[in-house]
Amino acid sequence: MSPLALATQFGADVEDLSTAPLSVRGLTVAYAQKPAVFSVDMTVEPGKMTAIVGPNGAGKSTLLKACLEIQPCLSGQVRVYGAPLSANRGRVAYVPQRASIDWDFPARVIDVVLMGLARELGLLGRIRGTHRARALDCLDRVGMRDFATRQIGQLSGGQQQRVFLARALAQEADLYLLDEPFAGVDAATEKAIIGVLKSLRAQGRTVVVVHHDLATVPEYFDNVFLIATRKIAEGPVATAFSAKNLQEAYGGRLAMAQLDRVAG
Amino acid sequence: MLWDALTLQLGYNATLVAIGAMLLGVSAGAAGTFLFLRKRALVSDAVSHATLPGVAIAFLVMVALGGDGRWLPGLLIGSALSAWAGLWVLERLVARTRLTEDSAIGAVLSVFFGFGIVLLTVIQTLGSGRQAGLEGFLLGSTAGMLMQDAILIAAGGAVTVLALVLIRRPMTLVAFDPDYATARGLPVARIDMAMMLLVMGVTVVGLKIVGLILIVALLIIPAVTARFWSERSDRVVLLAGLLGGVAGYVGAALSASAPNLPTGPIIVLVSFSLFVLSLLFAPGRGVLAAVLRQMAFRRDVHIRQGLLALAQGQPIYEPLTLRLLRRAGLARADGVATDAGRARAAKALRDEARWQVLRADQAHETVAALYDGLRKIETVLTPDQIAEIDRRIGGPRGVPT
Repeated sequence: MSPLALATQFGADVEDLSTAPLSVRGLTVAYAQKPAVFSVDMTVEPGKMTAIVGPNGAGKSTLLKACLEIQPCLSGQVRVYGAPLSANRGRVAYVPQRASIDWDFPARVIDVVLMGLARELGLLGRIRGTHRARALDCLDRVGMRDFATRQIGQLSGGQQQRVFLARALAQEADLYLLDEPFAGVDAATEKAIIGVLKSLRAQGRTVVVVHHDLATVPEYFDNVFLIATRKIAEGPVATAFSAKNLQEAYGGRLAMAQLDRVAG
Repeated sequence: MLWDALTLQLGYNATLVAIGAMLLGVSAGAAGTFLFLRKRALVSDAVSHATLPGVAIAFLVMVALGGDGRWLPGLLIGSALSAWAGLWVLERLVARTRLTEDSAIGAVLSVFFGFGIVLLTVIQTLGSGRQAGLEGFLLGSTAGMLMQDAILIAAGGAVTVLALVLIRRPMTLVAFDPDYATARGLPVARIDMAMMLLVMGVTVVGLKIVGLILIVALLIIPAVTARFWSERSDRVVLLAGLLGGVAGYVGAALSASAPNLPTGPIIVLVSFSLFVLSLLFAPGRGVLAAVLRQMAFRRDVHIRQGLLALAQGQPIYEPLTLRLLRRAGLARADGVATDAGRARAAKALRDEARWQVLRADQAHETVAALYDGLRKIETVLTPDQIAEIDRRIGGPRGVPT
């Protein structure tokens, strides 16, 4: 791409491309000739917790999957710490939706967490005591240490979600991308997960969460990214999470009374 | 006779077949487990049926070149190429059309197999007895197995097992959570391809012994059997290899112990009986264990409900409840509580009251969520905490008699 094209397309944001944990420019993702995400720009601020919010089918999960190259994109580019994803994959941890896998798979809780260490273990490396200790430590952080040797199918939905988070913690990444971690979980799990995410932020890590519960956005997150196929708004919750922006993202699906409540 | 067969005393050919079948069983069982975990078990059926045209074409080509059409390595290369073609068509159909994988499997399987049968028929009208043996690839034929065939099978098995050891971790990761594997940068498509190549290798090597129609049984049955016995994927793989090996060895020995017993089908039947045994008797996932668990659970529910009814002086309507209470020595035949029953009933009522206190208390929110009617309160609270709750409830209440 020529310098001129870069300048016109990215404008003043060019700077961000080299520093942000995750930056997206002109991203379009389509399923069968129907764009789910259209020409989206996003810049994730380091050391902050960002919520990706939007109505059902707005492309929230798709955006995340495209950033991770799980879903191929039609156009646009994704930079992770200023480089293509392949160069910085080790710095990114992904927590998929709980419903995306078969929980009757023959694995114990600790086996799933050890999958987070796949990169270190390599193809033939033996699983040693230190690896197990690290996995147990991650389970401890999500309050699941006592469940280490349980079969994963015996867990409740919330416990499964915490195991997924523990697997991501084991990677010791800098950027955490979570897809609907609070969907259908119990109150205790929600509390445990948000506690862990806040501790990650306290360590200077960056957290991006696809989130569906508007009521908890101001309480949990620093920044918000509103999406409805296109980007609607992006920025600190205080400014971007406004009634006007929510109305634009959700259209008639959100009653005004609701808007007043969530966005103050 | 059977003992002789099992101890390899039935002669050279029987010994070769038994060892070959065992090695095939091990590699098919282990490789098939990954297929099973990836939920693509039936793809192997399409692959195996797709080998037939290749066998026939390889025969025709070798004859046309003036060679012996029955040269096994040549036939196997042909079968591998056409299995590859079948797999390729299958992948394209799924990726490029709206066909789901199961429909695409049906299409590929039947078309390739049909084409293969046509070619076999043509071959039969061509030569003069030179085609003998090609039908053996359908259901396997071990009668004329040679040392070199056994070596081929052993080598194929060894390569398969080696490859499995090498890529077991990526394959497990991909089978469990393909999206996560992609996000970690694993080449998921290539790992899937490697898995299918392994399955193809097992299929091709197994053609001679079990034939293409039944090879799917060797790939899948040991895996589902092993799943009954373990909750860990690595152990399921090992166990499936072991079960496959046992089935191969015993099946081959059985078929050698009596005249006219087909090797492949007998191996499948042996494998199936191991499956049935596991289905019935495996601890945890077996049918018997599940029935016993359900019965114990039902008993606990009825006794608990019965005790609460006794404690509150309500009549017990359900005959099963009364029967269980009586059998446990908690009630008499007329529905009146025994001394032991009165004590247990008072305790049950007390526990319900304790749970009620927990539910009302914000501080015990997580603990209160564990209530399901059966959970013993002692398992979620310390004696001190229970004593504290009792202080809030007040003195014990008597049980009406």
